[in-house]
Amino acid sequence: MKVHEYQAKQILARYGVAVPRGEVIDNAAAAAAIAERLGGRVVIKAQVHAGGRGKAGGVKLASSPTEAVAVASRILGMRLVSKQTGSEGRLVQKVLVEEAVAIARELYLGVVLDRAAGLPVMMASRFGGMEIEEVAAEHPEAILKEWFDPSQGLRPYQARKLAFGLGLAGETLKQFLRLVEALARAYADTDASLAEINPLLVTGEGAVLALDAKMTFDDNALFRHSDIVAMRDLAEEDPYEVEASRHDLNYIKLDGSIGCMVNGAGLAMATMDIIKHHGGAPANFLDVGGGASQPRVESAFRILLSDPAVKAVMINIFGGIVRCDMIAAGVVTAARKLQVKVPIVVRLQGTNVEEGKRILAESGLTLLPADTMAEAAQKAVAAAQAA
Amino acid sequence: MAIWVNESTRVVVQGLTGKEGQFHASKCREYGTKVVAGVTPGKGGLEVDGVPVFNTVAEARAATACNASLIFVPPPSAADAIMEAVDAGVELVVCITEGIPARDMIAVKRSLAGSRSRLIGPNCPGIISPGKAKLGIMPAHIHREGGIGVVSRSGTLTYEAVDQLTKQDLGQSTCVGIGGDPVNGTSFVDVLAAFRDDPGTKGVVMIGEIGGAAEEDAAALVAAGYGKPVVAFIAGQTAPPGRRMGHAGAIIAGGKDTAAEKMAVLEAAGIHVVATPAEIGATMARVLGRV
Repeated sequence: MKVHEYQAKQILARYGVAVPRGEVIDNAAAAAAIAERLGGRVVIKAQVHAGGRGKAGGVKLASSPTEAVAVASRILGMRLVSKQTGSEGRLVQKVLVEEAVAIARELYLGVVLDRAAGLPVMMASRFGGMEIEEVAAEHPEAILKEWFDPSQGLRPYQARKLAFGLGLAGETLKQFLRLVEALARAYADTDASLAEINPLLVTGEGAVLALDAKMTFDDNALFRHSDIVAMRDLAEEDPYEVEASRHDLNYIKLDGSIGCMVNGAGLAMATMDIIKHHGGAPANFLDVGGGASQPRVESAFRILLSDPAVKAVMINIFGGIVRCDMIAAGVVTAARKLQVKVPIVVRLQGTNVEEGKRILAESGLTLLPADTMAEAAQKAVAAAQAA
Repeated sequence: MAIWVNESTRVVVQGLTGKEGQFHASKCREYGTKVVAGVTPGKGGLEVDGVPVFNTVAEARAATACNASLIFVPPPSAADAIMEAVDAGVELVVCITEGIPARDMIAVKRSLAGSRSRLIGPNCPGIISPGKAKLGIMPAHIHREGGIGVVSRSGTLTYEAVDQLTKQDLGQSTCVGIGGDPVNGTSFVDVLAAFRDDPGTKGVVMIGEIGGAAEEDAAALVAAGYGKPVVAFIAGQTAPPGRRMGHAGAIIAGGKDTAAEKMAVLEAAGIHVVATPAEIGATMARVLGRV
């Protein structure tokens, strides 16, 4: 789960990470009073779940309260288009108004899960403001890494290795040591999957501040973090995906024309791949779960068909413990109830497949049966192209 | 021959009294697996379909000499269940549970280090040595005893591959689902090394997916000299970056963990990489000189 920058900063601040003073608003007029309180010069930052906001014009300096209102009103309501948003962009509904801070130096600090090590890794680099993937490609030696056990936190000596490695000294060093340990604790306590401060700022006075912050959280751990769940912003998510998550379905919207309904995540990805291989484009990823019960099939159908881009549907179910005849009955009931208009290719394999095929054939619905994945993909691609 | 599970494997089912545990345990027994005990805290002394239930894994092990555990415990307490099995010295721990927090799995990894236990999963269909034993939720009837080892991060996609193999008259030595989570117990490398050393395994099917670098590690092992043909498919060639594709671990995060990148590395290692899942069975038959 993702959160906004201002939310990530709220969380980090709770753990003792120093952040600039600021407030989040959804109407431009409120920027004046905030700018007044913060000393006049402020930075207005668009709050959307996407990177590349600065280049996209979503981050601007204002040197007075009056200018703050003008800048905020330009950013609020804009569609921010960056590398990460796609061409349609993201509607900006909130901005963060923050004190402008004099920058002496920019650093990078971030924690991610290192899958190979089975541990989180704290990464620091002197190239603040650059994406860490870019630094890894261009200056791999400049990334300092310290792995830590989340139940123990980052050890003081590890924090010192990072600090001295970055060439910090004096008051800056002292503040950095506190901040890096606080970041490690925040990451572990909140079950984050990413906690990134980029840039981490060293001010003219030598203080250390999180100028930008990004956090994402392990979906599997949200059950023990109701405070973080409350931060979820549905406006930032695709409406089809929000609807699917209400029905406990794993759905991801893509931009093709063939709707996919599959049981199991691996098979669902493989189904998208085989559609592409045969010249089509999947409209979505959808895993109805190993069980593929009838109510789930019905909700899945409803979501697939509400996407106007879908010209054909490919159902690919490998009946394991769940029998194909039950799935066939579910497909028939749902297709009747929803009066499906687009061609549906059904490929069933596994337990009780013959009985399942009989139910489909005798349903009176115009379903296109297929025996193999390849045949199903070819039929679905042909049907979508004919539509 | 087979790896890790066979006729003499003695299984304790943690979560036996739950709906899923009871259902799948009975399917495993129907297949001939020796299910000797169940564990549900507070339900010690009960019996489920004739199988004695204990309060702790340690008690179950002392009473029944079980040497493998099959876990159907809900996500919030699944990691604790794994660590309990490890603490009791159970040699093989198979965890089916999907949705365990990564931080909990990090703790599990630490408990496995230096222990005598191997963990398979979590978030996996389990392990089956056809004709010998099944510890998992896979449909038994699609499998046949034979010489192909199968290892996969997926569930139903593995069934698809096994079904194709069986229809090609290629039985399986052992099929291992290592699971779709970013932090797991057994890796591709572990399974490939075991298949390499198993004289009963003549060829290996490996099913990977986007995310992480486990497939690359496996490629390095095969490149160093494997002696058996390996056929591989990588799911997620059309997956958008940055999105979690169902499995917690199936996410393109760094740029080197895309399907295209993995396929290139596997091919360079001499692995037969297929472009679509439909070609897995036929390709194995071809490289074994069967057609």
